[in-house]
Amino acid sequence: MKGYNFAYLDEQTKRMIRRGLLKAVAIPGHQVPFGSREMPLPYGWGTGGIQVTASILGASDVLKVIDQGADDTTNAVSIRRFFARTAGVATTTATAEATVIQTRHRIPEKQLREDQIIVYQVPQPEPLFRLEPSRIETKRMHGLADYGLMHVKLYEDIARFGQISISYDYPVMVNERYLMSPSPIPAFDNPKMDMMPALQLFGAGREKRIYAIPPWTRVRSLDFDDHPFRPINAAHPCGLCGATDAYLDEIVTDNHGGRLFVCSDTDHCAERRAAGHAGLQEAAE
Amino acid sequence: MAYVAVKGGEKAIDAAHAWLAEERRGDAALLAVSVAQIEAQLGRAVDRVMAEGSLYDRELAALAIKQAQGDLIEAAFLLRAYRTTLPRFAHSQPVETSHMRIERRISAVFKDLPGGQVLGPTYDYTHRLLDFGLLEDGAVAPGPASAEGLEEMPRVPDILGHEGLLEADGDSGGDPGDLTREPLTFPAARDVRLQALARGDEGFLLGLGYSTQRGYGGSHPFAGEIRMGEVSVEIEPAELGFAIDIADIVLTECQMVNQFKGSKTVPPQFTRGYGLVFGFGERKAMAMALVDRAMRAGELGEDVTAPAQNVEFVLYHSDNIEATGFVEHLKLPHYVDFQSELQNVRRMREAAE
Repeated sequence: MKGYNFAYLDEQTKRMIRRGLLKAVAIPGHQVPFGSREMPLPYGWGTGGIQVTASILGASDVLKVIDQGADDTTNAVSIRRFFARTAGVATTTATAEATVIQTRHRIPEKQLREDQIIVYQVPQPEPLFRLEPSRIETKRMHGLADYGLMHVKLYEDIARFGQISISYDYPVMVNERYLMSPSPIPAFDNPKMDMMPALQLFGAGREKRIYAIPPWTRVRSLDFDDHPFRPINAAHPCGLCGATDAYLDEIVTDNHGGRLFVCSDTDHCAERRAAGHAGLQEAAE
Repeated sequence: MAYVAVKGGEKAIDAAHAWLAEERRGDAALLAVSVAQIEAQLGRAVDRVMAEGSLYDRELAALAIKQAQGDLIEAAFLLRAYRTTLPRFAHSQPVETSHMRIERRISAVFKDLPGGQVLGPTYDYTHRLLDFGLLEDGAVAPGPASAEGLEEMPRVPDILGHEGLLEADGDSGGDPGDLTREPLTFPAARDVRLQALARGDEGFLLGLGYSTQRGYGGSHPFAGEIRMGEVSVEIEPAELGFAIDIADIVLTECQMVNQFKGSKTVPPQFTRGYGLVFGFGERKAMAMALVDRAMRAGELGEDVTAPAQNVEFVLYHSDNIEATGFVEHLKLPHYVDFQSELQNVRRMREAAE
C-alpha cells in the first residue's frame, strides 16, 4: 500500500515485536511487555493480534482471520482486508491452506500443523485480574508461581455451585510453570492447546503484552483430582453438517423458543457439508 | 434460514461506510464546513484533539474533527493512529515556559506580581447566556491590541522558590521516558506519569482532580499560576552543535502550590502539582496538576487511600483511546463466549434442581 511499509508496521517496530516474541517463546506462558503501537483499528478490536501478525507475516504467507470461529464476521472481515490491503498477502478461509491464522475467541476444529502459526487476539492477558487488579501484585505472584488465589477461587466455585463456573477464558498452566489466560476461547477449545503442533502466539495491544506457547508444549487446564476439567458444549449435533464433536453456536430461529445449533467454525462446517455430511436443519426446542 | 443472517459481513461493512460518508456530509444544500473554518473557529476543539491525540498540528486536528463529525475522542484516535506512523527526526530541547509569549497569565496566590495578571481570551467572566446574535453571522468588533509587547514574566513558583518556601523542581535526570515506545512499568517515574496525564482524557482527569477536592486524597491546592501562550520548540542537530528554532506552539501550563506539613527530614514547605497541555486547555491543565500532586502522595510520605493517589489506577485508565476501544469492543460478537455461559448456566441449573 502506497505510503506504508509492508504489513503497515515499520521494520524497527516489527523487529522490536519479534524480539518480544522470541523471549515469549523461550519462556512459555510468560507475559512479555512490548512497546505496543497505536494501530488504525481500535484497542480491544485485535490490535495485539494484528501487531503480532504484521511482524511475522511474509510475502508468501496465506492468512486466515476468524472471529467467533467464522471468517465472515465483521471484525474478521475488517482485519483480513487490512492485511490484504497493507501486505497484499493471499487470504483464505480454509484452515488447511493457511500458514498464519489470526483468531478471536476460537481455535479451529481442524488439527493445526507444525508449519502453521495461530495468533490469538487477547483482551486481558493477566489471568489473575479478576482476583487481583493490581499488575504490581500479579507480577509478583507470577514470579513466585504463587497461584493459590486462583485455586481458592476454583475451590470456592465447587463449594458454592458444585462445579467450576468458568466457561470461557478458562485458566491454563503452561509447561507447569506459568498460569496463563488462553484468551476468551470457550473452555471447549482448551484441550486443543495442549501439545499443539503449531506455534501459538498471543498479542494484547492495549495491555501491551505478548506471550507464546511453543509447539508441543504441555498446556493443562486447572482442575482438581476429584473435579476434573470438563469442557462445555451444547448437547446437540450441528443442524447443518451433523457434527457431534464441534463447538456449536445457538441461533434463535423464531419467536417461539426455536433454536438451531450450528458449528461455530464455519470452514469446518462447510467442508463437512461439501463432503456429503448433512444435519437435520431442524430447530431444536 | 436464520443462519444466513450472519453472512454478508463484507457487503454490510461497505454499505455502512457509504452511509456514514453521506451522513457526515449532511444536507447537501448547505455549504460543507471547511477544515480551515474548523481550525479557525473551533479552536478549543482543535486544542483538545491535539492534546489527547498527542500531535501538535492544527490542520490535521481540524481534519480529524471534520472526519469524525465532531466526535473529539474519535478525532484524537485518528490523530494518534496517524502520529504512530511518523518517523522521528529529533528530540526537542525542553521548552522554556518562562520565556512564553504570554496571552494569559493569572495567579490566585498573589494579588499583583511582576508582569501582572493577564486575563487573555477567557470565558471565565462571561455570563453563560446563549448569544442569539451568533445565529446570524455578524461582524465582530476588533479585540484590544494583542499581548505582544508584554514583558517576559517570571513564573510564580520561581518567585516562591527564592525563599525556599516551595520545593525545588525535581529533575528526574537522564532521558525522559516515552510511553508511546516503551510499555508502562512500575514504579512509574514522574516524567512518565506526566506524559500519561498530558495525553489523558480531559473528562477523566477532571473527575479525578475534582475527587481530590472533595476529600478523596485532598492536597490543599492553590493555583499558583496558570499561563498560556506561545513557546519556541528547539532542536539541536548533532551535525550543527547548536539549537535551532523549528516551531512555535501554544501551551497551557498550570502550577499548583500545595500545602505540605513537612517531615522529619524536610522542613515545612509548599509542594508542586504540575499540568502542561497543548493548546489552550486550562481545565485539563488544572486537573492534571491536581492529579499529578495526588499521585505524589507515596513519595511525600502521605497515606495512599484515594483513587487519584493510586498511580497504577490513574495511569491504566486515563487514556481515552484505550478506554473507548475496550469499552466499545463489547459490541463485537461474543456469541461463542455467551454460548458457553448459556450452557454453563443451564448445566448449573440442572445440577441445582
